[in-house]
Amino acid sequence: MMSRWKIVTAAAALLAGSSMAQAQTTMKVVMHSDVKIVDPIWTTAYIVRNHGYMIYDTLFSMDEKGEIKPQMVESYTESPDKLTYKFTLRDGLLWHDGKPVTSEDCIPSIKRWAAKDPVGQKLMTFVDTITADDAKSFTVKLKSPTGLLIFGLGKPSSNVPFMMPKRVAETDPNTQISEFIGSGPFVLKTDEWKPGDKIVYTRFKEYKPRSEPASGLAGGKVVKLDRVEWLAVSDQQQAVNALLAGEIDMVEQPAFDLIPLVKADSNIKLWTYNPLGLQYTMRFNHTQPPFDNPKVRQAVTYALNQKDFLEATVGNPDYYKVCKAMFVCGSPMATEKGMDGLLESNFKKSQELLKEAGYDGKPIVLLHSTDLQSLTNLGPVAKQLLEKGGFKVDMQSSDWQTVVSRRVRKDPVDKGGWNLMQTAWVSADILNPVMAGFFNASCDKAAFGWPCDEQMEKLRDDFAREPDPAKQKAIVEAVQLRWRESPTHVHLGQYDVPIAARSNISGILTAPAPVFWNVEKK
Amino acid sequence: MFGYILRRLLSAIPVLVIVAVLVFLMLRFTPGDPAAVIAGDNASSEQIALIRNRLGLDQPVLTQFTIWAGNLLTGNLGESFFFKKTIAELIASRIEPTLSLAFATILIAVVVAIPLGVLAAYRHGSWIDRIVMGFSVLGFSVPVFVIGYLMIYVFAITLGWFPVQGYQPLSQGFGGYVQRLVLPSLTLSVIYIALIARMTRASVLEVLNEDYIRTARAKGQVERKILFRHALKNAAVPIVTVVGIGIALLIGGVVVTESVFAIPGLGRLTVDAVLARDYPTIQAVILLFSGVYVGINLLIDLAYSLFDPRIRY
Amino acid sequence: MSAEPTILAPVVAERPASRRRIFGRLLRNPSVAIGGFVLVVMTLIGLLAPVLGTLDPTAINPSTRNKVPGFERTIRADDGSTSVFKHRMGTDSLGRDVYSRVVYGARVSLMIAVTVALASVAIGLVIGLVAGYIRWLDGPIMRVMDGLMAIPGILLAIAVVSLFRAGLAAVVIAIIVPEIPRVVRLVRSIVLSVREEPYVEAAIMAGTRVPALMARHILPNTVAPLIVQGTFIAASAILVEAILSFLGIGIPPETPSWGNIMAEGRNLFRVFPHNILYPGIFLGLTVLAVNMLGDGLRDTLDPKMADR
Repeated sequence: MMSRWKIVTAAAALLAGSSMAQAQTTMKVVMHSDVKIVDPIWTTAYIVRNHGYMIYDTLFSMDEKGEIKPQMVESYTESPDKLTYKFTLRDGLLWHDGKPVTSEDCIPSIKRWAAKDPVGQKLMTFVDTITADDAKSFTVKLKSPTGLLIFGLGKPSSNVPFMMPKRVAETDPNTQISEFIGSGPFVLKTDEWKPGDKIVYTRFKEYKPRSEPASGLAGGKVVKLDRVEWLAVSDQQQAVNALLAGEIDMVEQPAFDLIPLVKADSNIKLWTYNPLGLQYTMRFNHTQPPFDNPKVRQAVTYALNQKDFLEATVGNPDYYKVCKAMFVCGSPMATEKGMDGLLESNFKKSQELLKEAGYDGKPIVLLHSTDLQSLTNLGPVAKQLLEKGGFKVDMQSSDWQTVVSRRVRKDPVDKGGWNLMQTAWVSADILNPVMAGFFNASCDKAAFGWPCDEQMEKLRDDFAREPDPAKQKAIVEAVQLRWRESPTHVHLGQYDVPIAARSNISGILTAPAPVFWNVEKK
Repeated sequence: MFGYILRRLLSAIPVLVIVAVLVFLMLRFTPGDPAAVIAGDNASSEQIALIRNRLGLDQPVLTQFTIWAGNLLTGNLGESFFFKKTIAELIASRIEPTLSLAFATILIAVVVAIPLGVLAAYRHGSWIDRIVMGFSVLGFSVPVFVIGYLMIYVFAITLGWFPVQGYQPLSQGFGGYVQRLVLPSLTLSVIYIALIARMTRASVLEVLNEDYIRTARAKGQVERKILFRHALKNAAVPIVTVVGIGIALLIGGVVVTESVFAIPGLGRLTVDAVLARDYPTIQAVILLFSGVYVGINLLIDLAYSLFDPRIRY
Repeated sequence: MSAEPTILAPVVAERPASRRRIFGRLLRNPSVAIGGFVLVVMTLIGLLAPVLGTLDPTAINPSTRNKVPGFERTIRADDGSTSVFKHRMGTDSLGRDVYSRVVYGARVSLMIAVTVALASVAIGLVIGLVAGYIRWLDGPIMRVMDGLMAIPGILLAIAVVSLFRAGLAAVVIAIIVPEIPRVVRLVRSIVLSVREEPYVEAAIMAGTRVPALMARHILPNTVAPLIVQGTFIAASAILVEAILSFLGIGIPPETPSWGNIMAEGRNLFRVFPHNILYPGIFLGLTVLAVNMLGDGLRDTLDPKMADR
């Protein structure tokens, strides 16, 4: 028995050849959340976006400098009137089932994405037709020029226009896809995927990376791992414990307060992979008093200050930045225009405004989520600052899912509605007023909070039509000035979460989303 | 006897039906909206309404119940709102860790608690008795998660004897399986040891005072023999009963222990499902747990009537 | 399902004359004495919280968060004067004073314990009396109770919490509901066995009205077992509250309860263990005291239940 087993293993080793002689490299990772839904078009959840980057590829992608570069597209041409764009796909692109990627696949993929994504929706108002020229190229005709086409196809964060096979992409946008085949650098092991436990990816051996070096999400996606496992560990401290003990290789978002523990260990390295980071936000419900009154909203912008929020949630100045620019400090559209005097906890001014507005002292309902480490401490800080600014606050605590389901209700406050809620945006999603969902002020069609402001909508439209970056910046300044008059939401400061990885891991790319190509485990 | 078993089996059915109705009704009145949770951050109201419609959440409660109950009777537990898998699949993939944890816990508890209880009863009033009783009160007084963290701190972090978290299926090797099971089941067994030790002590004490034990002693039988042959045998029935009653306790503890140790079992599934408002999954899991509880107690009832011929219902 | 072989035999009601004797016996029981003493101390701590050198337990201070026990902070009052406050038990991740939270936490946790114990005993008593006395209601009531009992307590509590808006009331109700069936069973079994007693049958024959019968013969017999049951419910209520907080579905985290303080600190257990340790000691000590009190009460009041 023994000897027979030995022969079998020996034979297997011979057959497998030299590539198998090396040990399989498996990287075990704890991401910020478990992957429950696997349709990155259907939901905007960041964990699903990250999953998308594993198994799907994109036509264009954003590099480290924030520029949009071709990814699946080999080349494209732009007509002089900027109305006709012709795209050609790279050679050798394959779906995970071995079939070639064609323009017939890409067109429904773009359409499905555009049906769900705010940038995509805006883009489609400019698009006249999208037609396939042959198996490898297609043409987009616009009604009027816009910078949104290339920008949209290279949109780095939720929703990302991932390419899917035709039969999958033709799924109704409001129905989840049921087949998980992409053309990206990793393959989803559906048989090993156990929601609540782990999701497993293996290297897609037939993937043909671009020749350029990887930069941000752009460039060659060279995979150096055989297998990546995302483990679901809901306890933050246990994730860090496991990392310190060497049971896992990486924690995507270690709790800030545990970072000193990680830093003290020479076997662990911290990676700041997303320099633009995230932005904390407070959202008003514009349909309910008192925040239907712009004066009351202005009062909030005076009463709050970013430092207190950042101190309470992040705590370590290395990882946060007080930043009054609404479109993210460090990005092309960053400006402090219109921000003077705001966000400095001027409680007197806030109280005066409330008096002018005739605020009746009715408690405002602040939704507070308690189960997401990064959001938990925002609520109490907001409560304390707003109370000093003259508000009465009824902070209602619940788990995040309840917050998510309550914030979409327009009911009056005493019937389960709300006044204020807080969340965080990945900066890559809010780089300009068209992308940033909270600036959408189209009343009922806007995201929860439903601001209704024709002037703001006009400015956003202007922005979408304006291809010149310098003029775009002027529009952004106008947006911020209009915001000062009639705030849609309040930005509470920027922060970024480093990745903590064992020191034998290298090659983590600087990008708006954590990606696993280029990553090496020694 | 057969008639009795049949009657007991039948009597379990209305209990399960009531559980099903209770659970269904309760969840339908919760304020959370799964459609909103599923749709994600940027979704518009229309998109949410569409999802609600597709999940059948906009139909009258009675219709929803009829559909669900009908499926249930045909053995179809339904599909999870979230996981894109059938609930049967979900449960099947989560049951091994939970069963392992439960068995390991009961094993540890029985092996540790019964000798302790017997010893305490035998040395009634001595310091051993006091320590055992003290421990059993203490075991009831510390939250499970605190015990878990202490165990991790001491045995996993400081001493490095065991992994801090995780679960390894039995199919991937027995060593790793046991290694990862030790800390969680030790944690969970504390309260169980407390319960069983107490019960054992009480039952054995009672038996020790019976006439026939005195007779045995008078006849000069060896003490150990008396203890284990007579006393423990007769005390077995209440001990078995308390093991059954403790199942509910165990299930509650599993929920917490699995969260602390990141074990992908049914307990975590339940908490995840509740937080995500995944109605079909919550219903199925609670029904399953209740079924297990009812089933075990039924078995114990039957065992009881077998062991103790005096009892006839 | 009705497999509780040891139907709790009630003691025949004690006569009033013996009450003083019971009380004396109770105090001489060491479990009762120690448990009672600890509880009195905890209650006093809770009641006197404002004068025990505490700060507002909900006042946050982001600049002095996660400080170790003994950290001293300068507080500036509204009139500009300053004073130094020593955080005896350190601060939590929002800069709240852990000592103040633990002391105020005694109020919240004990309040939950008492409320849950009283409410579940009261509700269980009424339902149990009805089930035990009105024959045709017995079946349906007990089936529902069996159903409730078949759902593991924590799961039932989790489900109930998700029913309501997260709040103190929701949590209290969530802890009460799973306890009720046990009380109902206890009461019902007492009613059923007391009814069989010759003197009660005689009273029924003699045409004693139901209310009088209840008050004179049945209720007195339930007192001792219910007191004992109530203490154990109180102990478990404190623990369940902590577990719900731990799972993130407890009372609003701002409210200082021991469970909440621990839940808040659990992510930082390795770096700042004081956030779990101090409330943990208070909680453990209190539950221990309640359990000891319960054991002692049972031994004294209800000898037949003793050692169970």
